[in-house]
Amino acid sequence: MAQDSGAAASLTLDHITRRFAGQVAVQDLSLEIHAGELLALVGASGSGKTTTLRMVAGYELPDAGAIRLDGRDITKLPPEKRGFGMVFQHYALFPHLSVQDNVAFGLEARGIASTERRARALQALENVGLGEKASRQVQALSGGEQQRVAMARAMVIRPRVLLLDEPLSNLDPTLREEMRSELRATLRRAAVTALFVTHDQEDAFAIADRVALLQHGALLQHGTPEQLYDRPASRAVAEFIGRGVLVPADDRGTHARITLGGATQDVAVTRSGGEMMLPNALAVLRPEALHLKTDGAGWPGQITARRFAGAVMAYTVDVGGVSLEVLTPSRGGTVNDNVRVLVHREPVALVSA
Amino acid sequence: MNRRSLLLALPIIALLVWIVAFPNVAVVAGSLEGGGTHWREFLESPADREALWTSLWISVASVIASVAIGLPLALLLQRAEFPGRKVLSAVATLPAALPPLVGVIAFLFLYGESGAVTRSVQALFAMSRAPWALSGPWAIVFVHAYTMYVYVYLFASAALENFDTSLDEAARGLGHGPLRRFMRITLPLLTPALAGGSLLVFMSSLGSFSAPYVFGGGIRVLSTQIINSKLNDAIGVAFVETTVLALSAVAGLILLRWLEGRRQYTITSKGRAVRTPVRSRAARVAAIVLSTIVVTVLVLPHGMVLLTAFAVDGAWTTQVLPPEYTLDNFRRLITDPQLLPPIRNTLVMALLATAANVLVCFVIGYLTVLRKFRGRKLLEILAVLPWTIPPTAIAIGLASTFDAFDPLHGKVLLVGTFWILPLAYFIRGLPLVTSAVQSSLRQMEPSVEDAARGLGASWWLTMKRVVIPAAKPGLIAGAVLAAITAVGEFVATVLLFTLSNRTVSVEILQQLRSQAFGTASAYSVLLILLTFSLTLLARWFQGRTDPVAVR
Repeated sequence: MAQDSGAAASLTLDHITRRFAGQVAVQDLSLEIHAGELLALVGASGSGKTTTLRMVAGYELPDAGAIRLDGRDITKLPPEKRGFGMVFQHYALFPHLSVQDNVAFGLEARGIASTERRARALQALENVGLGEKASRQVQALSGGEQQRVAMARAMVIRPRVLLLDEPLSNLDPTLREEMRSELRATLRRAAVTALFVTHDQEDAFAIADRVALLQHGALLQHGTPEQLYDRPASRAVAEFIGRGVLVPADDRGTHARITLGGATQDVAVTRSGGEMMLPNALAVLRPEALHLKTDGAGWPGQITARRFAGAVMAYTVDVGGVSLEVLTPSRGGTVNDNVRVLVHREPVALVSA
Repeated sequence: MNRRSLLLALPIIALLVWIVAFPNVAVVAGSLEGGGTHWREFLESPADREALWTSLWISVASVIASVAIGLPLALLLQRAEFPGRKVLSAVATLPAALPPLVGVIAFLFLYGESGAVTRSVQALFAMSRAPWALSGPWAIVFVHAYTMYVYVYLFASAALENFDTSLDEAARGLGHGPLRRFMRITLPLLTPALAGGSLLVFMSSLGSFSAPYVFGGGIRVLSTQIINSKLNDAIGVAFVETTVLALSAVAGLILLRWLEGRRQYTITSKGRAVRTPVRSRAARVAAIVLSTIVVTVLVLPHGMVLLTAFAVDGAWTTQVLPPEYTLDNFRRLITDPQLLPPIRNTLVMALLATAANVLVCFVIGYLTVLRKFRGRKLLEILAVLPWTIPPTAIAIGLASTFDAFDPLHGKVLLVGTFWILPLAYFIRGLPLVTSAVQSSLRQMEPSVEDAARGLGASWWLTMKRVVIPAAKPGLIAGAVLAAITAVGEFVATVLLFTLSNRTVSVEILQQLRSQAFGTASAYSVLLILLTFSLTLLARWFQGRTDPVAVR
C-alpha cells in the first residue's frame, strides 16, 4: 500500500552515478534537499537533470550511490511505494478518464473509499481553480488547465516529495509568467518538499529556494539564485547563468584591474571560493552593472547596436574588439556614438579562466 | 470541376452496382423466392442451426485465442528488451505470409494424425495410437489462432508504439501495481486497437473455408454448408445460408466498430514509448528459452512444408518424417504438362485482377478523398462493401448472377469461363486497394492540388506530378496485398473454377486427396515464395519512392 503521510520529508542524493550504454548520464552527484524546500535542477538538455529526477522518482536505478528519504535508504524502493507526487513534462493525464477521475486515481491506490476519493479530488481541483471542470474530459482542457490538473493529481495524495519535470515548458510565454508565481504560491502553501527540473533559469529563479546547476551529469554549483548569479563558482556557471561578458582581469585581492581598449578600471571583486586570489581571472561583466557616459573616465568604445527594451535601453558597445552589453535607463545614445563604459555596480564576480 | 468528377464517377458506380451490389441483392432476393419456404427449411434444419451456431462460436473462440496470443506478444515485444527480441519480432508476423490453404496443410503435416509432431510425441511416450486427432472445432480454432493472431498483434503493436509510457509511469507513481495499471490504463487505451484486430479475426474466421473443409471432421459450419447445398442443387437454401452468413458478418462488424469508436482517444501528450531492459539473470534465461520455443513454433509450418516438398510422393506413411527425398517434385511442376497450367493460371489471373484493381481503385480513391460530388458516399460504400461480405457469399452471388446470357436482367455468362475468377479476385481486392490509396491521399493536403492548378498546371499535369505520386505508396501496398490475396485465394476459387482455369490452390487440394504430399508441398512452397517476393518487391518499391521510409 502506498503511503499517505503528508509530512514534508528531506531528501538526500548521496554520490549517485548513472550510465547508459557506457555514457555517463549522472556523475557522482550529491545533493541535500531540506524538508519543505523548493529546489530546482537546472541544466541544458543532456545535462542529466531528467535522469536524476527519474532516479529520485524510482523509474531509474542508479548504478552507484544512494537516495535517502528522511535518512532512510529508498534507492531500490519501486515508485509505487514511494508516495511521491510527480508532474510529467507532457502531464501524462489519462485520456480515458475524466478530470476528476484523473485526480482521484492516486487515492484509489491508497484504499480510500469512493465518496471520500471524489470529495478530495474535487477539493484538490478547487484548489487549482478547476472545480467546475471536474466532469470534463481531459482533452477538452487547455494546456494551462491540463498543467493544473496534473498538479492537483500529484498534490492530492499529499506526497512526501513533489517532483516536477519541466512543468512550464509546454505553456505559451504569457501564461508561463503567470504560472510561475502561481506554482510557487501553491507549493509554498502546501509546504511540500519539491524538486523540479527545468532548462529555463528564469523559471528556476522565480520558483525555487535553491538552484542546482548540472552540466554533463555533474553538479557545477548549488545555492540560492542570488548566489549563483552574483558569485558563480566557475566560468561554466558564469556562462550559463544570466547574461554578461567575461573579460580578463588582474586579480589584486579586494579589487581587480580590468584593461579594455587601452583604459583601465579598478573594481571591487568577489569570488565564490573565498579570498584566494586567482592567477588567470575573468571578470563577469553583467549588462546592468555597466553604465554609459559621453566622456571622462571608463573604457572607450563605440555603440554598434541599440535595442529598446521598455524600462531600459540595451546598447551593444565595441570596446577594443570586445562587445559589451549595457542595460541603462538613459536613452540618449545612438549607433556610432563614441562613449565611455563604466562599472557602476560593484562588487564584480571573478572566476578562474 | 464537379461535372468532370461526376463523369468519372458514373461509370465506376455503374460497374460496382452491377458486379458488387447486384449479385448480393440477387442472393437475398433468391432466398426469399417461393414465399419464404427456403427460410423455413433453413430454420427447421438441425444441420443448418448447428452450422450457424458452430460458425459463430468458432469465430468468437478464434477472436479470444488471437487476443490471448497477439496481445501478450505485442506487449512483450514493444515494452521489453531481452535477448532474442529482434528474432522474435522478425518472425512474429510470419503466419500471415502463409496462404490459407497452405497453412492448413502445414498443420496437417505437423499436428495431423500422421503429422511429424504427433508421431514424435507418440514415439517419445511409446503410445499405441496418436495422442490427439487434429479434427473438429478445436482443430479449426487452433489453426485460426495460429494464422490470425497476427492481426491482433499488428494492431496492438501499432497502438503501443504510440502509447506514451509516462501514462504508465504516472499510474505507478500514484501507487498502482502492475495488474492494476494494466487493467485501468493499458487495456482501456488499447481497446480500439484490440477491437480493430478482433474485427479482422472475426470476419476471417466466419468466412474461413479451408480449415473447416480439411479439419472439420464432419462438423458443419456455414461456409462449408453453403458449398454442400450448392453442390446438392439446393440453391434456395444456399442463398438463405449465404444471407445468414453475411448478416452475421455485418452484425460482428457493427458491434466491434462500435467498441472501436466508443473508446477512441487521441493521446495528446507527446511522450515516448520505451522498452525496459530485462535485467535479472533468471528472467533473461527464461526470455531466451521462451522466445526460442515461440520462434520454433512459428517457423515450423513453413519448415515442414519446405521439407515435405522434397519428399517422394506416397513414401511418407507411418514414419515421423518423410523417409525419402528428391528434387523431382519441383522438376515435375515445370515439365509435366498437367502440372504447369495451374501455375500459369494463378499468375495470369492474379495479375489481371490486381492491374484492374490499381486502375479502378486509384480513381475511386481520388474521387472519394479529393473531390466533392453527389454520390461520393455511395461510391465509397460500394468499394468497401466486399470487405464486409464473406468470400463464400461473394462467390455464391457471382455464381448465380453470371450464369446465363440475359442482358435484360443484367446477366452475362461468365460462369464456366476463364473470366469469372479474375472478376472474383478483383472484387476481393477492391476494398484492400481502395482503403490503402485513400489513406495515402488523406495525408496529402487537399489544397496542394488546388495550388498546382493555381500555378497554371493542367488537370493532367496535376495528376501526373501531384496526385499520382501522393497515391503511390498506398497504391503499391494495396496492390501487393490484393495480389497476395488473389494468389492464395481458395474459397471463391473452389466454387467457381473450371478445368481450364484451375489454380495452384485447387491443385494442392487435388494432390492432397491423392496422397501426393510431395507435389502438394512443392506447389505450396511456390505460393509461399510468390508471397514473399511480392512483399520484398513492395518494400523495394517503397524504399525507392518514399524518402521518408529511407530515413
